[in-house]
This record gives sequence, C-alpha cells and structure tokens, in this order.
Amino acid sequence: MKNLPKSVELLSGIDHKPPKQKGWMDTPVEIRKGMYCYASNPKSVEYLSLPNARPWNPLEDDWKLPENWQQILHDGFKERLERFRSFKIFMDICVRCGACADKCHFFIGTGDPKNMPVLRAELLRSVYRNDFTTAGKILGRLAGGRKMTLDVLKEWWYYLFQCSECRRCSVFCPYGIDTAEITIMGRELLNLLGLNIDWIATPVANCYRTGNHLGIQPHAFKDMLEFFVDDIEEITGIRVEPNFNKKGADILFVTPSGDVFADPGTYNCMGYLILFHFLKEKYGLDVTWSTYASEGGNFGFFTSHETMKRLNSKMYMEAKRLGVKWIIGGECGHMWRVIHQYMDTMNGPADFLEEPVSPITGTRFENAKSTKMIHLVEFTADLIKHGKLDLDPSRNDNLKVTFHDSCNPARGMGLLDEPRYIINNVCNHFYEMPPNTIREQTFCCGSGSGLNAGEDMELRMSGGLPRANAVRHVHEKYGVNMLANICAIDRAAFPDLMKYWVPEVGVTGVHEMVANALILPGEKERTTDLRGEPLPGMEDEADE
Amino acid sequence: MNVNYIFSLIAVVVLFLLSYVGVEAMGLQVIFGVIIPYAAFIVFIVGFLYRVMGWSRSAVPFRIPTTCGQQKSLPWIKQNKIDNPSSTGGVIIRMALEILAFRSLFRNTRMELNDQKLTYKWEIWLWVFALAFHYSFLVVLVRHMRFFFEPVPLVIKIIELLDGFFRIEFLSPVLKVGLPGIYISGLVLLASVTFLFLRRIVNPQVRYISLAADYFPLFLIMGIAITGIMMRYFTKLDIVAVKELTMGLATLHPTLPEGIGALFYVHLFFVSVLFAYFPFSKLMHLGGIFLSPTRNLANNNRAVRHVNPWNYPVPVHTYEEYEEEFREKMIEAGLPVEKE
Repeated sequence: MKNLPKSVELLSGIDHKPPKQKGWMDTPVEIRKGMYCYASNPKSVEYLSLPNARPWNPLEDDWKLPENWQQILHDGFKERLERFRSFKIFMDICVRCGACADKCHFFIGTGDPKNMPVLRAELLRSVYRNDFTTAGKILGRLAGGRKMTLDVLKEWWYYLFQCSECRRCSVFCPYGIDTAEITIMGRELLNLLGLNIDWIATPVANCYRTGNHLGIQPHAFKDMLEFFVDDIEEITGIRVEPNFNKKGADILFVTPSGDVFADPGTYNCMGYLILFHFLKEKYGLDVTWSTYASEGGNFGFFTSHETMKRLNSKMYMEAKRLGVKWIIGGECGHMWRVIHQYMDTMNGPADFLEEPVSPITGTRFENAKSTKMIHLVEFTADLIKHGKLDLDPSRNDNLKVTFHDSCNPARGMGLLDEPRYIINNVCNHFYEMPPNTIREQTFCCGSGSGLNAGEDMELRMSGGLPRANAVRHVHEKYGVNMLANICAIDRAAFPDLMKYWVPEVGVTGVHEMVANALILPGEKERTTDLRGEPLPGMEDEADE
Repeated sequence: MNVNYIFSLIAVVVLFLLSYVGVEAMGLQVIFGVIIPYAAFIVFIVGFLYRVMGWSRSAVPFRIPTTCGQQKSLPWIKQNKIDNPSSTGGVIIRMALEILAFRSLFRNTRMELNDQKLTYKWEIWLWVFALAFHYSFLVVLVRHMRFFFEPVPLVIKIIELLDGFFRIEFLSPVLKVGLPGIYISGLVLLASVTFLFLRRIVNPQVRYISLAADYFPLFLIMGIAITGIMMRYFTKLDIVAVKELTMGLATLHPTLPEGIGALFYVHLFFVSVLFAYFPFSKLMHLGGIFLSPTRNLANNNRAVRHVNPWNYPVPVHTYEEYEEEFREKMIEAGLPVEKE
C-alpha cells in the first residue's frame, strides 16, 4: 500500500494513446511492482502434485524454468487446441476490429495497450501463428507470428495475471471471442511450468486440504460461525443454531469462505444464518453447513480446468454423503460460473439428488433440474414473491443502495433481476448506476480471478476505476452510501477500492440487508443493524 | 510510417503489376484468365472446408455462452430470450442477429476520460460501415453471378435492378455517367472499405493492434472495387466477350475471347488472390462465427447436462482423507464424524 500513488495522481497519469513509434512486439515487458502478484509458494504447488514446483521470483532474470519449457508449452498449446474449440476458434478468427479495446477495466484504468483484450489475446495468437499456421510458418513476423522466447513468456505471465476473466469484452466482440477463455488457457499453460501466483496457488492447496481457501480447519470453522451466533443473539435476542455436517438435512448450503472470515462478508454470513433460522422456525426447513465442502469459490478455476474439477468435486461428494435433497449456493461470483457452466459437466450427473423444489413455496426450480443446485438469491427472491418472509425494509432506511452486478453471475449466467427484486423488497432507497456499467455491461471490481492480493494494489485500484467512477456518479447524484453485491471477492475488494476512490460509500452483501429487514419470531426490539450500528431512529437507544 | 500497411500496399501494387504486365506485355491470358481462377477457386473451397472441419474436430467440453441478458429462472422474472437464450430457437435468433445484423458490434461504445470522469458513448460508425461493407460486398458478389449463368436467373436480375435503383444520369460530351445505371453496391463497397482503412490508421488504438494481415485484404478489396468501377464507368470493356470467358469457366470449357483489356485480367486476378488467400486468413471469421461457443450454445446449463467428450477422472481429496486428518479436532469440537 505504501507505494500506491494517490488516486488523483493515478487518474491523471492515465494515457490511452499507445506509443506511435514502436510496435507492441518490439516493446518488451517491464514487470512493475504494484502491478503483479508474488510467485507461487512451491509447497502449495507440490501439495497438489502440480508440475515444476520451485521457488522463483518474477523480478529476477532467471525464472528457473525446466530445460524443455518451450516444448512443454508447444505441446500444451496443441493439446488445448484439440480439446477446446473455443480456444482454436478464438485463435483463428479475430479481425482486430478493436471493438473490445476500450471495454476492459484494466485498459481503462492503466492505459497500458497490452491490456486491450485484443492485444492480450494477440500475445498468445502471435505464438500460435508462428507454431501452428501455414502463413505464420512461412512469413513469420509479416504474418504476425513470433517465436516463444523468455521475454514473450514473461509478457504472457504479466498480462495474463492482469486479466480478471470478467468477459466484458466478449459481450462486445462480433464473434463472441472471450478473453476469459484465452486467459484461462494461457494460465493453464503457465501452470505447466509452475508459473502460478501465490494468491491463487496457496488458497487452492488450502482448499484441497481443509475444504476452503483460507485453510480454516473444521473445528475453527465451527468456532467462527458460533462467534456470529453470539453476535446475532446480542443484536436480536435470538440464538440461531446452525447445523454442521448434518446427515439427512434437507439442504446443503455452500458459500465462499471469505464470508466467514472478513468484514463485510461476515455480516452477510450472519444474514445467511438469520435467514435459515427464520425458515427453520417458521417452515421447518433443515439446512446444513459442511466443514468439508466449506468453500463455494474455486481458485482452481484460475489454475486449470483439472484443478477446478478437483476442488469442485467436494460439493457433490458431500451432498451424497450427507444425503441431502439438493444444494443451495451463497453469494459469490466465479463460484457461480463454475457451478452454472462447469459443475454438472465435470462432476455430474447428480442423480443422487432431487430436482430442487422449494418446500416452502412449492416452486420447482426447473432451471436447475439437472445440476440440482440453486442460487440463494433465486431461493430468497421466490420466498419474497410468495410473501413468506416478514420484512421491515425501513430498518435499512439509512442506506442509499446501488447494486454492482458481479461479472460471472451477469455474463456467465444472467442473474440480473433476482438480486434487484430482493433489494427493492428489503430497502427503500435503491438507485441504479449508468446503463453502460451494469447488468451484462457491468465492470469488474478489478480484483477478480485471484488478483485480490495486497502486493498488486495499484493494479487493483486501476482496474477498479471504471466501477468506482460509476459509484461516484450515483454517490454525487443521489447520495448513494452503500454498494451492494453478490460476490465474496467484491466484498473483500470493494472496501479498499471505495476507500481509495469514493470513501463515503460502504459495501454490503444482499443477504446482510435481507437479515436486517427480516423480523425473526420472538426477537427483541432491534436497536442496531448487524454491524452494531444504530438503526434509523434508534440512534439514542443504541448508545445505551 | 507504418510498416504493416506499407508492406500490404506494396504487395497489392506488385499483384497489380504482375497481372497487368503479364497480360499486356507477355500475353499470359491463359494463366490469369483460366489457370489462376480455377486454382484459386479450388484452394478456396478445399481450404475453407479444411478449416471448418479442423474446428469441428476440436471438442466443445463445456457450454460457455456469454449471457447478455436476464436468465431463465423464476416464472415471474422476464427472461431475455434472445441475448440469453435457453432454447434452440432462442439460439437461432441470437445467431441470426449476430450474423445478419452484427448484434454485438451494435452495442459498441466509446470510452472517454474527461475531468476525472469516465463516460461511455454509443459508437455506431463501426457497425454502420461494417454492415455496409459486408452487405455491399454480398450484393456485388450476387450481381456478378450473372456472368456465370445463361439465362440469368430472375433473382439476380431483381438484385441488379434494386442495386441500380438510383439511376443517376449525367451526360456531358466528356463524361457519360448513367449509362449504364450506377450500382450503389460498388460505390458503398469502396466507401466502406476506405472507411475501414482510414479507421485503422487514424484511431491510435486500432493502428497499434493492426497487422499487415489486416491491411492486405482491405487494399486488395479496394483494388477489386476500383478496377471494377473503372471498367464499368470509365474504360469500358466488351461485356459480351467477358461473358463468353466467364461462361467458359463456369461450364468447364474455358475460352479466351479477343478484345478483353488487361484491366479485366487485373480485376480477375485480384479476385482470385482474395479467394485463395481467404482460407489462410482472418477472413475465415465468415465460417468461424457459426461455431463460436460463446454465442451458439443455449444457457440452459443447470437444466440440461452438457457432456464433455474427454472428461477424465481426477485425483480428489475425499471426505475420508479429510476426516482422517482432522478427526480428533472434529470430535473435540462436537462435529459429527464417520468413525469414532
């Protein structure tokens, strides 16, 4: 943080005009502090038996690569071209129209031309043309081909970890070319050489061992939730009783461990606990948490398809072991891309589970009849629609809320109106950000896809600029003071981003607001919200 | 000076000289009028199929549509059936809009940073000119089919008629324009291809990303349009002789009638080069867009299981292994365990 430029300086330093004289192929990468994450810890790489575990440092000339690293990359590239039509098509058909160029939050926030999605992809395409196309083999540089050298490799590494796989460029591409897909393949190739970042590698190893990214062991996981139970009792007078690893429960609930660990995610976690308690008291719904499948997020997705599958397998295995009917997933971004677009294919079919039907409303979630996992936001929206929750939205009257669509639920799923429906029912002041910055055109928080480390703060603050700018707009126009979202990385990243760009705005999950509004049977008169701050009109009582 | 476009320009000029001199000075009509067109056509067909088959040989392991609207979920939430289709019908409409109307490009915006504020404006010109370019090219292509049919099919005649709808008559002793009528398509093609070229050199971001392979087809198409317009409106040529030649090609009985100027052979050579170049270049986006997995798949992932043909078992960390490591701590914390 200490070397981070002031927000005004950072903003005035952005120049979107690429250099005139020198072409990008002649501009070698400069790995700059604040813009990259530390190299993976070899112990974490080893724990998953991933190749080429070793200590290395991106700033040093020698990356201690295996002797035949070029061959490994070439073979890996070839294999992926055969396995993924997406990759092959996206290597072949880009016309470089440039429509994607200014759609990337990292380009907008840094002005670095290699952050234009087209150029990020060209980093790989240039090598592809050289190695795999007739024109490239014959004409070389003239056909846009270039050999894989150490400089090129470093450039790959630097820029593939400056992409948050948010898919915004893919919305605007006339051929649907998805830079996320290219980054995913590129990172997979880098992982063949052991070139991961530690902010991904260590959570992945943790998750494999303890069931969650943070490495929280089972007893500690229970402790942490029980700490929230105490807090909830203090605020509401009700002692909620979450189930852990309970066999025969109706529903398994899985959420990102970030919600258990750090504010303001913790308040959202309290929100889940309160909601499930309400549903148990009123309707007898039996939900269990699992310490083994205690992670919704999946940093394996940022490592390789195989690693993603290895981590994701726990959800179905645990659902089967516990004998639940179906699964609900909490508020998380990339978690939902994995569950929605990959899980059933990778680890299904989940024929041991039932087609999800809400026992409270009778709603059949036909959109999840194969995967058997629904989003908590879908579940809650359905409850509200059927009038099953007792809500007092005025308890959120101190909030002027705007909603950030998280990239993956927006562009890898289409979960857009469900969270808005909930927000409009649990609070009275909701304002949308400008249309080019929400829904399918939403901007990333700047820290997605495993980039939310501490050492790359300048990158994160730059990448988050477009989002922060839109928040500042509604803050100035409507007095918005709360940025709601449905993603654990958002909840971890936005507090820093807001502090940097729009310090007057706080960050919340949607279910924190639900729980603030939700009236529990037999609760005492609440004077504070879940954060211990006075409710509107309760300023005096709360002080006592 | 930009090396990439200078090189491409030189390449097209060389192609021009090659064919012009070849025909005019060396009398190589057979090569430029028969052999090369046939070869180019074969390369195009074989190359195109080869590329498309190459793509279809690659697997589609996951269903990864980019969703650009509300998903299908609860019955009372209105789904965006086109931008986030959940059925084959929806996908067909989405693809049709993408291919026929460049739906995604239509969304294009331009970002500006002024007074510390970012704004995004609707940027329609790329869409307008891209659409104009592709459709005028299509009309030109269809119109030229008259050279390969006898009698000329009605469809082609109608298209010709519509294309020449705005009949501009400009008759003076020096210049006679209007006889024959002006085809809009040719002019729009030249104008739009010129726009696409200028955009590449004027917009600093697009200039930075442009390769020689981006300029070459633009210059080549410019060459085709210019030579075509020259022949039609200015230098004139013996259209009956040309039709004899093209019909000869179409019926596999090639003949080389007298009285066809070198400019025609240049035109034909440019077209041949474009055809032969097509399968090896980015122009293959014509075929690729049909296969783009972010657009041509329905977003019904959780309702209908997608099968990955190469899905293989992976090492996992089982619950048993987990409990084995943490059993004592779990028991102490009051968590249920499988083995006491």
